[in-house]
Amino acid sequence: MAKDSVKIKIRNFNVLYGEKQALNDITLDVQINKVTAFIGPSGCGKSTLLRSINRMNDLIDTFSANGKLTIDETDVYDPDIDVVELRKKVGMVFQKSIPFPKSIYENVAYGLRLNQAPPTTEVDDIVENSLKKAALWDEVKDRLHDSATGLSGGQQQRLCIARAVAVNPEILLMDEPCSALDPISTAKIEELIEELKDSYTIVIVTHNMQQAARVSDSTGFFYMGDLIEFDKTRTLFTSPSKKETEDYITGRFG
Amino acid sequence: MNADVIARKTIKRTKSEYLALGLPAFSAFVLVGLIILLLAHFIWHGMPGLTWEFLTQSPRNNNTEGGIFPAIYGTVILVFMMSLLGVPIGTATAVYLSEYARQSSFFARSVRFGVNTLAGVPSIVFGLFGVGFFMQFIGKGIDTASGSDIWSKPSLIWSAATLSVLTLPVVIVSVEEALRTVPQELRAASLALGATKWQTIWKVVLPNSMTGILTGSILAIGRGAGEVAPVIFVGAVYSLPELPSSLTDQFMHMGYHIYVLATQSPNAAEALPLQYASTLVLLLLAFSLNLTAGLIRMRIRKQQS
Repeated sequence: MAKDSVKIKIRNFNVLYGEKQALNDITLDVQINKVTAFIGPSGCGKSTLLRSINRMNDLIDTFSANGKLTIDETDVYDPDIDVVELRKKVGMVFQKSIPFPKSIYENVAYGLRLNQAPPTTEVDDIVENSLKKAALWDEVKDRLHDSATGLSGGQQQRLCIARAVAVNPEILLMDEPCSALDPISTAKIEELIEELKDSYTIVIVTHNMQQAARVSDSTGFFYMGDLIEFDKTRTLFTSPSKKETEDYITGRFG
Repeated sequence: MNADVIARKTIKRTKSEYLALGLPAFSAFVLVGLIILLLAHFIWHGMPGLTWEFLTQSPRNNNTEGGIFPAIYGTVILVFMMSLLGVPIGTATAVYLSEYARQSSFFARSVRFGVNTLAGVPSIVFGLFGVGFFMQFIGKGIDTASGSDIWSKPSLIWSAATLSVLTLPVVIVSVEEALRTVPQELRAASLALGATKWQTIWKVVLPNSMTGILTGSILAIGRGAGEVAPVIFVGAVYSLPELPSSLTDQFMHMGYHIYVLATQSPNAAEALPLQYASTLVLLLLAFSLNLTAGLIRMRIRKQQS
């Protein structure tokens, strides 16, 4: 692996919630324009690591971190870093996708309008492109100004992806994006991830091992705050080097 | 058939269940009954006096003739100004308490304690506070600074300010409650898109708690419109044929007018119909305020869903 293909570099990264250690000494590299999956049982720290990348954990009072986490060689936890700028660069799609109670159009345009909004025609274009990227355009193009809360669960999740894509991030973090969706919607999202990775570096947390196996290029298995194993997805699922990993992916625990 | 018997058995209530159902039902019935009784009483006695002239004219001949237009006008203006002053401050405080303050911090706890204490203070005390703080401290200060003598007197502005302090706890508590109902996920989604905290509050949190803010304002208006004690010190007057035209003018007030009619009239028998009609107007005023606000709330709720 060429060194310049590393987008996110995590070195000896620790997270504490108060006294409780949530992540122990994590070291891994996320490759640019690849899909990296974090798997593991509930409470293993995979979501914590994901949320550390765009500093969403800052919202938790007791959160503290040490070690190194860099994006393009820039330290994410540098005290001088502009967290708002960071979050524009690192988009996020949540497990519980809640669109803003606004129109479909307004949801996608939200991020664009935070700072000096581009001219309306440009916003129109970006909204259309983002919805197309999220494979939602055909379903909503005739009702862009209807309330987004009227969409189905799968459509809402794709809308949230469009919303994140609209601000043109470099990285997309997905926190169990399909856990509340039916199989058909899940398949659509997975297809979408496949397409999006050409333009974005994607990190996805999932409970669903088949999903990780289907969509990701690399997979990390977490257990009790430790990164047990991190490898190419194919390698990890066919010939895991650790016993815990094998037990987990074969369904013997968790 | 067998199923019927089983169903009947499960429906059969014990004595305590009857009591548990009966007591609240009885209380609700008493409450509604009382309201109907009250309304009926005032409609019955007040309706004859409720003429167009009564609503549109000024009082004459020591409040025994003429209408109550200045009192209606004064009350509406007062309540409007009170909301203008109190709702933004109350909303800002609620935003601070719910969005910015660390819940355990000493300052946040002091503010909360202050709000709760304020809610329990008798309204007459607010009137005295209005005299001491708004009139004699701030008003006097303005007068000394500008060389005038109008600000240190009882007036519309100080009455509105006093009432807004009185209703502040109502606004704060209901707005804070509304802010808490905004799902955390919405805040997170906004922040994750690169919004600042303030943008998130302004564009996501506040619009989504609009109904709560309105509820707070309605409750405050309801409370403020009915309070007489605080305003008799700081601005309401016995009888005034002219309408207030500036912030420093004094004004007539519905609640105070009713009190005056009931206790200060030289001819009680002559004033009685006027008194009933005035009370009916005050009731209708409060009722229509609540109704308008309720309609606004319903519309916003419909838009949001």
